[in-house]
Amino acid sequence: MIAVTPILSVATSVSEWMFERATHSLTLVATGNDRFLERFPLLLRDWITGHLPESLGWLAVSLLAIVVILAAFGLLFAYLTLAERKILGRIQNRPGPNRTGWFGLLQPFADGIKAVTKEDVVPREADAVLHFLAPVLLVAMSLLGLAVIPFGRHLLAANLEAGVLYFFAAGAATELAVFMAGWASHNKYSLLAAMRALAQLISYELPLLLSVVPVVMLAGSLSTTHIVDAQGGWTFGWIPHWHVLTPWGFAGFLMFMIAALAESNRSPFDLPEAESELIAGHLTEYSGFKYALFFMAEYFGMCGLSAMAVTLFLGGWQAPCAFLEFIPSYAWFTVKLLTLLLGFIWIRATLPRLRMDQLTRLAWKFLVPLTLLNLANAAFWSLSAGWSGPLQWVRWAIAVAVVVGPFLFLGRALTAGVAPRTYRYA
Amino acid sequence: MLGSGILQGLAVTAKNFLGSYHDPARYTTVEYPEVKQQLPEAFRNFPFLVTENATDPMGTLRCVACQICEKECPPQCIFIEKSKDKKPDANGKLQIYPVVFAIDTSVCMSCQICVEVCPFDAIKMDQVFEIATTDRFGALLLNREQLAKPNEYFHQIHPTEAAEVDARLAADRKAAEEKAKAAAAAKAALPAKPAPAPVAKPAVVPPPTAPQSPGPAA
Repeated sequence: MIAVTPILSVATSVSEWMFERATHSLTLVATGNDRFLERFPLLLRDWITGHLPESLGWLAVSLLAIVVILAAFGLLFAYLTLAERKILGRIQNRPGPNRTGWFGLLQPFADGIKAVTKEDVVPREADAVLHFLAPVLLVAMSLLGLAVIPFGRHLLAANLEAGVLYFFAAGAATELAVFMAGWASHNKYSLLAAMRALAQLISYELPLLLSVVPVVMLAGSLSTTHIVDAQGGWTFGWIPHWHVLTPWGFAGFLMFMIAALAESNRSPFDLPEAESELIAGHLTEYSGFKYALFFMAEYFGMCGLSAMAVTLFLGGWQAPCAFLEFIPSYAWFTVKLLTLLLGFIWIRATLPRLRMDQLTRLAWKFLVPLTLLNLANAAFWSLSAGWSGPLQWVRWAIAVAVVVGPFLFLGRALTAGVAPRTYRYA
Repeated sequence: MLGSGILQGLAVTAKNFLGSYHDPARYTTVEYPEVKQQLPEAFRNFPFLVTENATDPMGTLRCVACQICEKECPPQCIFIEKSKDKKPDANGKLQIYPVVFAIDTSVCMSCQICVEVCPFDAIKMDQVFEIATTDRFGALLLNREQLAKPNEYFHQIHPTEAAEVDARLAADRKAAEEKAKAAAAAKAALPAKPAPAPVAKPAVVPPPTAPQSPGPAA
């Protein structure tokens, strides 16, 4: 229900955008004094679409964006699985996959071939249509969000007015697909896991969105391009105006990442697919390529949320210092994205899985109040924007206190009677 | 403070990750087919037959086909067929030898009882573990040619035990020689007796050729 209305409104705005794009996108060539590398993707696009008749140009531009996103993120997915396995291996004192190709670089393709050649088992009792549709829908929905991410100064598939809203609407639809998978499998473990997944995803949808609201509030726009533009510029030429470098932005970023971990079903919030309790949960009855699709969706979701975090808090494609601007914007975006993705892997290697009650308690008793306070904090930050001189210090002190105080207070309440844990018999 | 445990945990994993690139203690994997781990000396698996001379393994088997191991073997994986004739062993003494000595490695449980009961130190425990074959009928039944391994190999895999065995064998041999000498001397002192000539050593083959016996025998 959360998802449907925004999707409809987004669908209309997408079609409007397509029309607008069709009318004058070809004239939207790189202007200004960009460097060659910055303009290069655009030049390449124009060169390719130049071979087609004028009337098909708009279609070619859109298809090209889709193909590029699919190819780039498909490859990123492939090598992210490899990187994850290698890093997890190193953390566990072993080398990780290193047999297929040079340093195991062909491992993702070997895995892909294996997944494709495996038998696709559908349980007799399963709802065949839904069973087939669930992974497809999941991948499709997790890919949709990537359309509104500005990967570079000129690299944006769809410049929607309500880009942020569209992103989270599309992301919320993945919950439906997960439940679809659990229901269609006709397996009690799958169904239990799907219920858990729904409980988890809906619980964390709230802090996820609430941690984004301050950004939208301060940028005054739901458009991702405007949000990135709002973070442009530097103080003294080397302190970027990224949101993460403000008290409310820092807190918002951390809470966004925690909620993103839960939204993408990653450890330590991977309860829906807990192997030890739910025999892989909603994935139990899936095999072969459908199973691979679920994994693909998980990684796409992870990439999408990381890319959103980069856009909202880490300045998008902006360079961290003025003199580093000669490096093209998409390179900066890639660096930031990969850093966040490595963070996901690092956290997966470190933290054990939460229990269901701990999971929901963390969301409702800790993250939601903190995000609400953070909203107030951002409002204060916005209102005190005019303060100068010593008042600047007061402004920072108040903002930091509003972040740190409740964190300590709520953290103590959350862990009261639980931590630090003593092991009497160990 | 909430989260300090998480930060500590992250530090631990980061240390492990970076340490795996320079600290051998944090990278313990041995990549097996290429790199083989040094097996501990006490590791024992599957029996083999000891031969004195690597150039003539079948001629210098210590085994005299007494069949004690065959009878003692709990899963009965040993099959021995005695020879009708006698052949001189490594010490030149005429002995019965096994015409057939086979061990079914699919049945053997590496219990080491055959080694413990052998009075001739002829069967010892090996260190092989790569015994998989593609033929489950023929290739798992090892015959005496496949089982025979030189004493040097025994020294390589179980140096302490091999040295002990060699010393014991050398001492036995020395004692036997001295006994024979004493008997010969006694015989010389009593020439009146009817000739028991063939009791003494046949002395067809050159005296002890134990290849590397570290004992005082040489």
